[in-house]
Amino acid sequence: MDLDYNIEGGDFTHAGEASSHLKKILKSLNLDSALIRRTVVAMYEAEVNVVAHAWSGTIHVNIQPDHIQIAVRDSGPGITDVELAMQKGYSTASAAVREMGFGAGMGLPNIKENSDFMDITSEPGNGTILKIVNRIKP
Amino acid sequence: MKNSDNQFIKMTIEEILERTGGEIQCGAHRKFDKVDRAFCSDLMSDVLTLGCQEVLLITGLANVQAIRTAEMADISHILFVRDKNITEEMIQLAAENDMILVKCKSSMFKVAGELFAAGIKPVY
Repeated sequence: MDLDYNIEGGDFTHAGEASSHLKKILKSLNLDSALIRRTVVAMYEAEVNVVAHAWSGTIHVNIQPDHIQIAVRDSGPGITDVELAMQKGYSTASAAVREMGFGAGMGLPNIKENSDFMDITSEPGNGTILKIVNRIKP
Repeated sequence: MKNSDNQFIKMTIEEILERTGGEIQCGAHRKFDKVDRAFCSDLMSDVLTLGCQEVLLITGLANVQAIRTAEMADISHILFVRDKNITEEMIQLAAENDMILVKCKSSMFKVAGELFAAGIKPVY
C-alpha cells in the first residue's frame, strides 16, 4: 500500500494530519499498537520538522507485509551539520515554533528512537531527505 | 490517597477533578477512566517520548498541537493548567480521538504536587 501526503511549511494548524491519517490506516490493518505508536511518533516528528523548518515537503509511505517505509522530502534550507542536529537539545527552531511546543531539539533523536532504520541526506540549500523503516514482526 | 503500604494508586479523572478543582471541557463519558501516572510538560517532543498508556498529561500548552501530540502518543487524558482557553478546534480534535480534556486554575507545580502526594506515579 502506498500513501502520499503534501506538507506546507509554517502551517501548524494542519501539522500532524498526515500522521493522524497514517495512524488510522495502521490501526485498520490491525498492526501491533506499540509498532503503530512508534511509527506515527517518528512520522509526526518528521512532519512537524517540515512544517517548522521547510517551505514545503512530501511524505511517501509504503506499507509491505514485513515493514513500513516512510520517505520525507522537503524543500527547505537543509541541515548544515546532521551529526549536530542529532544531538538531544540542539535546535535551530524559531521562537514561533517553540511557542507551538516544539523546537526543544528532541525531534531527530525521537525519530531515531522510534524507528528501526533511519537515514538523513541533507545539503544546505537543497533540502532534506529522511528515510525511516520500521519492521513488522510476524 | 496512598494506601497503607504507601504504594502508588490509580485515580479516576473525576477524583482528579475534585482534588484540583478542575472542570471537564469535553469527553465527560471518560471521567471514570483511571490513571496511575502523570507527566507534566509544555514540550511536545518530550511528551512523545512516553511509552505508557493510562497516563495523565498535565500541560500549560493550550493549542491544537497539544491534542495532536497526545493522539500520536496514545494519551487520552489531558489536564490544562492556569485556566487556559480551550478552543473549539481543540475540543473537536479531542472528540474525534475520544479524549477527555479538563482544565483547572492552579499552576502546574501545584497540580503536580497535589497529585503526587495523593499517590499518582511519575512516568520517569
